[in-house]
Amino acid sequence: MHEMSLAEGVLQIVEEHAVAQGIGRVGSVVLEIGELAGVEVEALRFCFDAVTRATRLEGAALRIDALPGRGWCMACAESVAIAQLYDACPRCGSHQVQATGGTEMRVKEFFGV
Amino acid sequence: MCTVCGCAAGETKIEGAVAGSTAAHEHAHRHADGSWHTHAHTHTDAHTDAHTDAHTDAHTHADGDEAAGHEHAHAHDDEAAHAAAHAAGIAHPHEHSHGARDENAHDHAHEHGHESHSSLDFGSGPAGAHAPGLTQAKMVQVEQDILAKNNAFADTNRRRFAAQGVFAINLVSSPGSGKTTLLVRTIETLKTRLALAVVEGDQQTSLDAQRIRATGVAAIQINTGKGCHLDAQMVGRACDRLPLADDSLLLIENVGNLVCPADFDLGEAHKVVVLSVTEGEDKPLKYPAMFRAARLMLVNKIDLLPYLNFDFEACLANARRVNPHIEVLPVSAVSGEGLEAWFSWLERGVGAAQAARGGLVQRLQQRIAELEAQLAAR
Repeated sequence: MHEMSLAEGVLQIVEEHAVAQGIGRVGSVVLEIGELAGVEVEALRFCFDAVTRATRLEGAALRIDALPGRGWCMACAESVAIAQLYDACPRCGSHQVQATGGTEMRVKEFFGV
Repeated sequence: MCTVCGCAAGETKIEGAVAGSTAAHEHAHRHADGSWHTHAHTHTDAHTDAHTDAHTDAHTHADGDEAAGHEHAHAHDDEAAHAAAHAAGIAHPHEHSHGARDENAHDHAHEHGHESHSSLDFGSGPAGAHAPGLTQAKMVQVEQDILAKNNAFADTNRRRFAAQGVFAINLVSSPGSGKTTLLVRTIETLKTRLALAVVEGDQQTSLDAQRIRATGVAAIQINTGKGCHLDAQMVGRACDRLPLADDSLLLIENVGNLVCPADFDLGEAHKVVVLSVTEGEDKPLKYPAMFRAARLMLVNKIDLLPYLNFDFEACLANARRVNPHIEVLPVSAVSGEGLEAWFSWLERGVGAAQAARGGLVQRLQQRIAELEAQLAAR
């Protein structure tokens, strides 16, 4: 899904903060991507390298921290671990599970050189 | 791989993670009696969490001194678990021992807890954080949603729609599900009942907008070029060019794509996903994000059901599995079957948007009256 748009979003966010902080070159960027966000991590890396060419982020290392998928099972009234959006509750098998964590897509921080 | 959205699964493996630093380095700290000592320690991984909470727990040293207000560095063996605990705001204890001896020799182990730190014990620099080998000034905490920009534009659109009582619908589907035919049919019937406008999204050509304009209704075509979805800014700009009447219906036909448009809020009231029976009943499971984001699923081309082995009940079950709250309407844009239910669904939405605007106007008028009364009293 739209990894190129996401990579451009990352570039835009980091550039804005880097300009504000007077950072000329960025050495590494840390993202937090939820396991349920539907982001193809390898595609995102590919796109990140492509969109950062000839910018202050060129060649920057990209670290992607995965955030675990969590859901609220309405039948169990409890928070459970889920690996995919439409997974059944691992405790009771119900599909009435609302994702509560793991859909995040955020720029956590970056490091200047 | 598609170079625009990266739709294909990446096969390359990239070693891009920031390597953990294992370099030993020294930290100095001061004891209450005024003496300083330094000792080296090793980080098994880079610190990425900022901790700026000062340790306030007083503890007694072997020599009997009450030693409050000094700092101890500590190493994390399991950075991921630690970061998760921090993110969750869980307070946890740190244990450390001093082996180093200096003029005020002491040798002890102690344990003390601290509150959740979105922050740290040796991070008073501008970045409020510490990473081995990096100075304070060079690390920037961002903590910002990647789609924040789009969401801000979507909020602007949403406020505008609310102010005008516009009921905005974002129609999504795979290419060829019959969205445009359905839209033309919808417009032909509804244009006599209410005010409406259309935003058409396609990669290329304005063929769809021409089809809509042939019905006599205002339509703006957005060509996304290589883009695979409409975003909120595009829709905002299209709305600037449309005659967007108060208390009207705005139909936004997204680019035919069941993947990317799911994540881009346009400021609409609801996403409506169109699934044609020729596509198979397992689509909701294959593209869960879209069916999860939608409020209503229109099962289109039901006039073809006699010629297919499409299992309607299974389709319904699959959609509910992904989204327990989804509403479902079977329709045929060609035969007209089921369309009246769809039209009523839209009219109810327009009615609700109109009522909400009425409430808004009433509240604003009330506020003006209150302010005028205050002014008159002075």
